[in-house]
Amino acid sequence: MVPPAEFRSYYGRQVVKTPVWRHDIAAYLFTGGLAAGSALIAAGADLTGRPALRATGRITALAALGASGYFLVNDLGRPARFHHMLRVAKPTSPMSVGTWILSAFGAAAGVAAVAEAAPWLPRDGVVGLAARALPVAGRIGGLTAAATAPALATYTAVLLADTATPSWHEAYPRLPFVFAGSALASGGAAGLIGAPVAQAGPARTLAVAGAALELTATHGVEHRMGLLSEPFRQGKAGKLLRAARLLTAAGAAGALLGARSRVVSALAGAALLAGSVATRYGVFEAGKASAADPKYTVLPQRERLAARQDS
Amino acid sequence: MVGPNSFYGPIDPAPDAGYVDAPPRMGFFTDTSVCIGCKACEVACKEWNGVPDDGFNLLGMSYDNTGGLSANTWRHVAFIEQEAPSEASMDVLREAEATVSTQFLGMPSSTLPGSAGREDRDLRWLMMSNVCKHCTHAACLDVCPTGALFRTEFGTVVVQEDICNGCGYCIPACPYGVIDQREDDGRAWKCTLCYDRIGEGMTPACAQACPTQSIQYGELDELRDRAAKRVEVLHERGVPEAKLYGHDPADGVGGDGAFFLLLDEPEVYGLPPDPVVTTRDLPSMWKYAGVAALTMAAAAVVAFLGRRP
Repeated sequence: MVPPAEFRSYYGRQVVKTPVWRHDIAAYLFTGGLAAGSALIAAGADLTGRPALRATGRITALAALGASGYFLVNDLGRPARFHHMLRVAKPTSPMSVGTWILSAFGAAAGVAAVAEAAPWLPRDGVVGLAARALPVAGRIGGLTAAATAPALATYTAVLLADTATPSWHEAYPRLPFVFAGSALASGGAAGLIGAPVAQAGPARTLAVAGAALELTATHGVEHRMGLLSEPFRQGKAGKLLRAARLLTAAGAAGALLGARSRVVSALAGAALLAGSVATRYGVFEAGKASAADPKYTVLPQRERLAARQDS
Repeated sequence: MVGPNSFYGPIDPAPDAGYVDAPPRMGFFTDTSVCIGCKACEVACKEWNGVPDDGFNLLGMSYDNTGGLSANTWRHVAFIEQEAPSEASMDVLREAEATVSTQFLGMPSSTLPGSAGREDRDLRWLMMSNVCKHCTHAACLDVCPTGALFRTEFGTVVVQEDICNGCGYCIPACPYGVIDQREDDGRAWKCTLCYDRIGEGMTPACAQACPTQSIQYGELDELRDRAAKRVEVLHERGVPEAKLYGHDPADGVGGDGAFFLLLDEPEVYGLPPDPVVTTRDLPSMWKYAGVAALTMAAAAVVAFLGRRP
């Protein structure tokens, strides 16, 4: 074990500021990923004749999107000014890019979800016309949502990494894969819960694949970033990520074993969803912890300076 | 306008931001070797800008009861008591004392006041007025999703308080930990380099108030020349630890609009030793995200391929 390096600070105070985001943002990381994963599954189900899976995916996507909107607006310092996000489209700001991704996804997913109500509408008159147009509109909306879903799932990783928060920034090559895997696992989990076993096959595949990607990428974050991996293993973040690992692994196993049982599949889905929530909250807390201790800012920068002077 | 160094590397920020015929870049040179820790800069800034109080605390950090830069502290004076590294650095302090006409009662020492001559002092007291660096490559500006943060024609960075919706993204983005969210208000606030004063040809409040000209305001090129000469003078006088911080356009943020002369390592003052604008890595970040997104899409396609129920 290398002994902890000496470093100096100003009365032990942190150098960079801790993010002021509250738990709403950690919750949004989850609901955004769930919306994205569900939309992908809904579109695939639509194209392969799996109506129950399609409905599950579309309704989950819209519900998760609504929750996402609530969390994002609620976290603002001035919620009434949320529309100011739409003043600019700025590629250097992942939050600006994400605002537009979310808007496009939201409109499309909304149309797709509303289309699920078509069978219950009357067939006569103007409403009848709309009722007959809805399935087509729903397919277009669903495919559009699926096209934007991968961007929705991964831009949040760029958002966290594009800061001076030491552990988030250092994780930038791996975090998009953590979030992509988590989104796939969440979407697959929703399918396992909401659709009968006969139609849930692809959701099962995506749930297991997503879980594998999430576990692999998270392991890299927890162990391959030197000192900056430490906040992911210690304290509140460490507890959350260990719980996430357990839940995600159990969920994946249950998904594989429950291919014939709706109950086992649903339990596996619940475990995967809980694991995804824990992963997002764990990553969130680890970043905050890395900002709060000056050593995570000073030591890597000193090492970088020393390396430059040697070369 | 946008060029190859727009995210990282030496540029002139106002023309890069689109200003045509911009005035010369203005900034601060804070020479901490002559700071006397009077905090006139903190007070003047608060008075001019109407900044609320930051808590009336007693922090036990020498004479620093403010703690650090925040939404309610745009100039912050840091105090560090240390063992003195050289006699010449004590001379520098005596020179600073000489510029103030009040009687100096002596530095903290390990003997009774007056019982030993000044040569016996074994401590030195570092004092430094910290401020927003108005970076050439400002991460806060790059990540702001509403356009509230903008680059002025003087090359400084300012928040428009009528546009900021308190999203909080600028706060973790700043590599120096400057900008912060004001509680009860929700918006982000920081030093404006007295945009309202310099626009009228006046000097910023802190520079105007500083009694020792530790805080110097002017054209950045001229300040950098002056600072280089000052460091040479200090080195000749036997203060080898004097160094400039934030002066170099080749550094990780493209050089600061507000740079410093320090008498110790940056982290001793609470400054990052090697700040880098996070935007430098943004193109790479989008690429990784793109690959992850394609992976997701490919997985979905494969999962549904040729599998009818």
